Amino acid sequence: MSALTLTLKAEPRHRVDLSPLSAAPELTPAEIAALKVWAGKRRHRIDELFRIEGEDARNLVLRGDCRKFDYVGRDARDLSLTVEGGVGAYAGMGMRSGTLHVKGDADIFAACELRGGLVRIDGSAADFVGAALPGNKRGMRGGIVLVKGDVGARCGDQLRRGIILVEGDAGDWCGSRLIAGTVAVMGRVGDHPGYGLRRGTLLLWQRPESIPPTYGDCGVHTLGFLPLWFAGLRHLDSRFADPANAFDRAHRYGGDLATVGRGEILIRAG
Amino acid sequence: MEINGVHIDDTFAEAFPMKATRAIITAQNLEWAYHSARAMTGFATSVIACGCEAGIERELSPEETPDGRPGVAVLLFAMGGKGLAKQLETRAGQCVLTSPTSALFAGIDDGKPIPLGKNLRFFGDGFQISKKIGGKRYWRIPVMDGEFIAEETTGMVDAVGGGNFLILAESQPQALAACEAAVAAMKRVPNVVMPFPGGVVRSGSKVGSKYKALNASTNDAFCPTLKGVTKTQLSPEVESVMEIVIDGLTKEDIEKAMRAGIEAVCRLGAGAGIRRISAGNYGGKLGPFHFHLREIMA
Repeated sequence: MSALTLTLKAEPRHRVDLSPLSAAPELTPAEIAALKVWAGKRRHRIDELFRIEGEDARNLVLRGDCRKFDYVGRDARDLSLTVEGGVGAYAGMGMRSGTLHVKGDADIFAACELRGGLVRIDGSAADFVGAALPGNKRGMRGGIVLVKGDVGARCGDQLRRGIILVEGDAGDWCGSRLIAGTVAVMGRVGDHPGYGLRRGTLLLWQRPESIPPTYGDCGVHTLGFLPLWFAGLRHLDSRFADPANAFDRAHRYGGDLATVGRGEILIRAG
Repeated sequence: MEINGVHIDDTFAEAFPMKATRAIITAQNLEWAYHSARAMTGFATSVIACGCEAGIERELSPEETPDGRPGVAVLLFAMGGKGLAKQLETRAGQCVLTSPTSALFAGIDDGKPIPLGKNLRFFGDGFQISKKIGGKRYWRIPVMDGEFIAEETTGMVDAVGGGNFLILAESQPQALAACEAAVAAMKRVPNVVMPFPGGVVRSGSKVGSKYKALNASTNDAFCPTLKGVTKTQLSPEVESVMEIVIDGLTKEDIEKAMRAGIEAVCRLGAGAGIRRISAGNYGGKLGPFHFHLREIMA
């Protein structure tokens, strides 16, 4: 069966909440075509916005400029969704399983409160990747987010479980208020990395301009879990899967001692 | 039945259902993995008094271990799941956690999960860190040489314990040489361990004793020095008997190991002083697994 391909007919005037499309694995192509989505204060059928081809509703492809489409893949289960361009805000929010592959950029709150599966963004992502929604106390709690470009500020804010991988740079407050889990950044990070981090790991390839004063220098160590952790990423199409980028020796800073202080910033050493 | 001059008795070994698990111990090098594994599987020859039966199953190359370091696989067997879990935790805590550079991983993913690092983590006194990698949880426990890595659980499966055979020889050195050859061959069979020292038992037992406090006592029918004073199973020329006990994950694994061991003994043959191969049983009334020697060697 060929993937169910939705090709955007024209850019909508208003932002569109595409979350109903996450039910696609349980629907026929005809039912998907009849799904109604909000655009501003009006509701549209999916087939009013997209031209639909193909049969496999578990394997969706969105074509066209989808940057005005929010909540793409929200709460999805067992859905393979590829967006051949950028997406709006809240892409992959609360996703349970499956994959969301965004070939362009993603707007704010990508993969926020993710529960499982893989969210891959080939471009860059804006602020609050994998974070908690405003007012909520827990961000992403499972799964993997891979961003091949850069991420904005507050990446992994209140991350509870899971892994965020950033091949590019990260903005300010990276890994802020981490509860557990891992945020790994190959590029540079902005100011205040690991601010308010409770537990969990902020894994950095490059030393930040400054380490927050509320972190304690634990020295350079060979850490046995790192080879294990890198081996767990080998299945990804990413620089993180390349053994040349793996390491087991890191400078460990424990903190954030302004909170419970059971987490760490690890910086590649040697 | 006779193989290379060695008589194979028309009898069977009687074995019992057990619970088993496998753990993988890695270290900076094989020597230190062995130090840890030997300690963990020490004093684990018989469930009668040791709480469990355990042994080193095989060496593992760095490519075969989760963390890419050399390691060894150990198998532990106990009569019940609760006892196995307790033994595993105690031995892991005292023998692996304490061993320099060691790490501990699950060797069986199927079956019921039992704690491996799940409770050892509390040694970290709050500084322990959990990492979930590929669906499995690992614990990083800070210790004085760095960090001890332990997988949270390992799998517990149904298994078989007490497979055995007896080697009857003309002298003690010949019996021991045959046992050494058998154990070397059996170590190449996966999923089994021979839990006694060097894989060999020289004190086979029978059920019961003249002393009320004892449930088992020496197997006088196979003691060569008692040939003239008890109902012996030994012919005049047999001067030494040794036993190899095998625990395995399945009945088939034990059968393969017994065949490999008996074949190795028979290769030495009557010329090396080996007279008979026999087996220990309790009349077939106690253990549901019967390993008939002649069927295995057919």
